[in-house]
Amino acid sequence: MRMRALGTAALATLAFAATACGNSQSASPAAPSASASAPAATTGAGSGTLVIWADPSRVKPLKPFADQFGTENGVTVEVKEISKDNQMTFLTASQQGSGPDIMIGAHDWIGNLVQNGAIDPVTLTAEQKAAFSEKAVQAVTFNGQIYGAPYAVENIALIRNTKLAPEAPATIEDMIDKGKELKAAGKVKEVLCLPVGQKGDAFHVYPLFASGGGALFGATPSGDPDPKQVLLGAPDSVKAFEKLKALGEKGDGALRTSITNENYIVNFAAGKCAYLVSGPWAISEVKKGGISYDITAVPAFKDGKPATPFVGVQSFFVASKGKNKALAQEFVANYVTNKDVAKALYEADPRPPALTAALQEVQASDPDAVKFMDAGKEGMPMPAIPEMAAIWEPFGIAETAVVKGGDAAKAAAAAQKAIDGALKN
Amino acid sequence: MVVDVREAARANAPGRPRREITTAFVVSRIAVLAVAAAILLYAVPPLVAAGSWVSLGLLCAASAAIASLYLTRRFIPAKYLIPGTVFLLAFQVFPVVYTVTTAFTNFGDGHRGDKAAAITAIETGSVRQTPGSPEYGLTAALRGDELVFLLVDPATKQVGLGTAEGLTPLPGAEVGVTGKVLKAPGLTVLKAPEAAARAQEISALAVPTDGGVIKANGLSRAVEGRAALVYDAACDCVRGNGDTWTADADQGYFVNAKGEHLAQGWQVGVGFDNFARVLTDPTISGYFMGVLGWNVAFALASVFGTFALGMSVALALHNPRMRGTRVYRILLILPYAMPAFAMLLVWRDMFNRDFGLINQLLGANVDWLGEPATARLGVILVNLWLGFPYMFLVTTGALQAIPRELTEAASIDGATPWKAFRRVTLPLLLVALTPLLISSFAFNFNNFNAIALTTEGGPFPAESPQVGGTDLLITYTFRLAFGAGGAQFGFAAAISVFIFTIVAVVSAVAFRRTRKQEEVYA
Repeated sequence: MRMRALGTAALATLAFAATACGNSQSASPAAPSASASAPAATTGAGSGTLVIWADPSRVKPLKPFADQFGTENGVTVEVKEISKDNQMTFLTASQQGSGPDIMIGAHDWIGNLVQNGAIDPVTLTAEQKAAFSEKAVQAVTFNGQIYGAPYAVENIALIRNTKLAPEAPATIEDMIDKGKELKAAGKVKEVLCLPVGQKGDAFHVYPLFASGGGALFGATPSGDPDPKQVLLGAPDSVKAFEKLKALGEKGDGALRTSITNENYIVNFAAGKCAYLVSGPWAISEVKKGGISYDITAVPAFKDGKPATPFVGVQSFFVASKGKNKALAQEFVANYVTNKDVAKALYEADPRPPALTAALQEVQASDPDAVKFMDAGKEGMPMPAIPEMAAIWEPFGIAETAVVKGGDAAKAAAAAQKAIDGALKN
Repeated sequence: MVVDVREAARANAPGRPRREITTAFVVSRIAVLAVAAAILLYAVPPLVAAGSWVSLGLLCAASAAIASLYLTRRFIPAKYLIPGTVFLLAFQVFPVVYTVTTAFTNFGDGHRGDKAAAITAIETGSVRQTPGSPEYGLTAALRGDELVFLLVDPATKQVGLGTAEGLTPLPGAEVGVTGKVLKAPGLTVLKAPEAAARAQEISALAVPTDGGVIKANGLSRAVEGRAALVYDAACDCVRGNGDTWTADADQGYFVNAKGEHLAQGWQVGVGFDNFARVLTDPTISGYFMGVLGWNVAFALASVFGTFALGMSVALALHNPRMRGTRVYRILLILPYAMPAFAMLLVWRDMFNRDFGLINQLLGANVDWLGEPATARLGVILVNLWLGFPYMFLVTTGALQAIPRELTEAASIDGATPWKAFRRVTLPLLLVALTPLLISSFAFNFNNFNAIALTTEGGPFPAESPQVGGTDLLITYTFRLAFGAGGAQFGFAAAISVFIFTIVAVVSAVAFRRTRKQEEVYA
């Protein structure tokens, strides 16, 4: 009897839980405002709170500035940590009305965020614009509008082990020769640590591809990438793929599919290769490995075009469905452009600050930041158009194919066809 | 117990069965009802704040229903039926209905919101600062109860009064060093916290000018701008920049004469378009049979591989002469106890050609995940390793239920051990385990993780980069739905409906066959 009573009680618990669930489920379509009320904790009722969503490493450094802003304006500022699928989470939450007022993310989200009506343009004064590096402002500009306040710029560079390779290579050929020489002498295991993997890695190989003359998109009259003109299968790009093939497994053996995103930094930090193509995120691991290193721009092919890396810019966005847009605009336009904020964010996660003044201060204690910045001077802001999503995979697969020794023209043509198909060009 | 029975007998006599009321029963019922009431009460304030009276009404109805169900002695069947039904609705019917309805829309990136939201986004996104206009310093102030802007031209330091009627010069205002207005005749200047409290009014105020409107940009600056694109309800179109984009309710976009569309779209019903696309898109239909074939092979190999290995091990350990079975059992269950997610990544790295453990142990130079044949073998091996402990566990359980006398009787009758296994043990095992094998098949048919975390569907042939050697339908279509074109939930939902159909048909046929088998042996 007792057991039965307990069983009934347990069932009842479930029933209540279920009824509560079922109730809110059925209620939300009936009244759209109900969905906003459910996660009340995140939004608060009205003008009193400003909600910022940030990734885990940036929650802590932002907190003091958020609090300061809160005190000055008599509002509460919440900084919430979002750790996974940030862009998708932000879009879904915005749509439901439970999103933040300010979102932090990479500039190449802008195209997708704009087509979903999730962010508003940010107006920066001429003075504020001048305080940022030119690349950073260029990156957050989409369709002629500035959509975010940049705070950090990142791009890949060539990191070399100065014990093994004291001289910065002038060309890719020099680098490969030196790498092969070291490998023949048994000092390293790999000529070059550049991740390729089984699916390719367009981000890391792009400087070499660009130096070989390859291009992704044509340009619109206003100079933006034009999604109607995909150039991956163009003759110049085919030539670039041929150069990658020459560096690949059947050629110099510098590019290998066995070097992946998981092992390329570890290998360099263990002294298994003299050259690493990576970004600021690799430095802490490299330092842990006790490697003496230097950072220079990724070299170009002899007589080739400049080896332009992609430049990514971390930015603050004003959510268009936020409850407190005036406050959000105020914070993004006038607070993020503050040098101290940029420095605090830098210290939490050392990516070169986008504010020139902050970069100069950081330079004294950390020369790497400026070296990375210099390496990205020629860089190309990662295209922010939503169509870029269609490029990554076919490009990567074409890269893998040629690295394994496949025919460059066929691989490029197949990639072009796949992308055109996806974009309905 | 004896007392209980007697009591029950006595209680039965008058007609209605009475339940014995114990302390534990009363306490637990009070606790459960209290928790339920707390949960329901918790939902009240936000609903009141949002003014959603319909939801509130439903909430009250639900509370009343719960109270009447569980506080009275009546409705005994309903006490059990209602929770089950609610769970069925919430976790089975609702997701299915939602998926199927989504499949008939173009819900996805660019089409998340409604048309009004798209129009707002188009207009706000097109506001450009009027060329040559100053970037005003902004101070909010009150004229009586009305919110007004005090706008300071940074070049001339002249103060203007901005209202909903327009911009007029305001002589006699005192401007501080920061560019904020400190005092103005006849107006109450708002300090930062007071202004922040009225942030919504500040964003809403638009001061009309000749060149457009002046709007606040944050709390301390204002700019004059004009929307380059404006929606015109009369023609249901957006005009601006020397072009016209007309609303197209089939696509959920504003489209111009050249067929180009504005970036921001809205969600519309597309009928059977998503289903038609699955059937007619050459990148899907062209590879469908190949992918399906490998998918079925993968699922079958996984199920029968794990079952054969798990059962063999279970049989070996079931032998009475076996010693140390407990240690073996613990060791064998280990792969099952480890998180599959992490293990799959570890296996992927072990398959690496130059740095992987497998090639180092074998002294080989095989590009395991780089060639279709070895990659397929690889993922099946990994899945075998991950899956056999489960089969081992369930077979061990089922073996305990088969009386040893049966096999003994078989051997007395002269059957070889193999024959005894084949004719006696296996059929009895299968009666118990076939439903598990079928569900295991359905699981492995859609085993997204096993592929996505090891090969990501690769290796991809250079000539057809869309579909890889180890792609299952689910990984392949996941890339189609969430890869190149951003997130396309409507299309993804249509694909799910197709995959569901395939799995449902296979399972239904298999279950039907099992029932026949059960009739024979049970």
